[in-house]
Amino acid sequence: MSDPRSPLWEVFVRPRSGLEHKHAGSVHATDARMALEHARDLYTRRGEGVSLWVVRSSDIVASDPAEADELFEPARDKIYRHPTFYEIPEEVKTL
Amino acid sequence: MYAQALDQPEGHRECASADGAALEARFLSRVASEQKVEPKDWMPERYRRTLIRQISQHAHSEIVGMLPEGNWITRAPSLKRKAILMAKVQDEGGHGAYLYAAAETLGAAREDLIEQLLSGAAKYSSIFNYPTPTWADVGAIGWLVDGAAIMNQIPLCRCSYGPYARAMVRICKEESFHQRQGFEIMLTLARGTPEQRRMAQEALNRWWWPSLMMFGPGDADSKHTADSVRWKIKRFTNDELRQKFVDFTVPQAQFLGLKVPDPELRLDEASGHYRFGAIDWAEFNEVLRGNGPCNRERLAARREAHESGRWVREAAAAYAEKQRARTSAAAA
Repeated sequence: MSDPRSPLWEVFVRPRSGLEHKHAGSVHATDARMALEHARDLYTRRGEGVSLWVVRSSDIVASDPAEADELFEPARDKIYRHPTFYEIPEEVKTL
Repeated sequence: MYAQALDQPEGHRECASADGAALEARFLSRVASEQKVEPKDWMPERYRRTLIRQISQHAHSEIVGMLPEGNWITRAPSLKRKAILMAKVQDEGGHGAYLYAAAETLGAAREDLIEQLLSGAAKYSSIFNYPTPTWADVGAIGWLVDGAAIMNQIPLCRCSYGPYARAMVRICKEESFHQRQGFEIMLTLARGTPEQRRMAQEALNRWWWPSLMMFGPGDADSKHTADSVRWKIKRFTNDELRQKFVDFTVPQAQFLGLKVPDPELRLDEASGHYRFGAIDWAEFNEVLRGNGPCNRERLAARREAHESGRWVREAAAAYAEKQRARTSAAAA
């Protein structure tokens, strides 16, 4: 008899307060509580976190890497969005 | 732990279309310029299959690797050693889980991979088919087997496939504790009574050659290195890594006052490398074929664990289903 297939969850860990949650990996679990417990056992065995998020992998909407060029193209020619684009005389301070 | 020579041969299949050839050329140039490949990126089918095989065999090795040491959890000589050993064995299970997750990003299902292990279709590192008759074997495994694993795994942290490389970074960080606790066990025994020193020496005698075999066949006989090197999955040859391991480990054995069981071992002053005797590849091949001292026992233990846990998996699935039904009934 084949095993029931459990859903996959993505795990995000906040290393300490003041920092954002960061993707750490994934776990299999049948429900959210089990996903949190597995995430704790798998990704925080050495005190790597103070908070966990788990989200069903199937609920994540991702951009297509094959379309990355088109998707990110609008930002490519807007160098004036960077502070270094502007020339300010050296004698002007704190700008 | 590790995956030795797990890049088993695979028939070559060329890209059928001109489109495929162009995609493959772009893929190779990206890999050549050290860009990482991520799960949804285009990749050649052979690259995907090679990685699924290597990563899943690596995962199986971690899982089976829990058994030889697990043998000593109930008989560790002190509560401290027992707690350490439990933490180490738990880490190995964790490493297996990271690696199965990395393999899943390539489109494999974890349940299928585990089924391949249990049916005997998939390979795992030959080293775990050796027995651990004494407590000193636990020390020797940490020192030598985890030491060889680290040697193999550090270059994999720069592997071209992002999820595998990231899993390896996490694993290498944890592996260092494994090696050091093993060496400390050996050191304690080596500084102990004559009987304890003898135990340490006998464990070194048992694990030395199988540890050298962990790096896989010699370069002259390694059929599958070329693609893996081109794809930047593999960065050093088996013989290079094995030599490095010997060069690092022999002085550690000398520090312990133990004798490496190789009459031909000598320091080559000119190159600074230790020269060692011939490896018994017939033994290696026998163990890979399933005829090592513990192959059957290991697989039987995994199968039993899987079967004994079946009711838990089924109960968890049934519970989740019931909760879902209740939630949707309440919402209706």
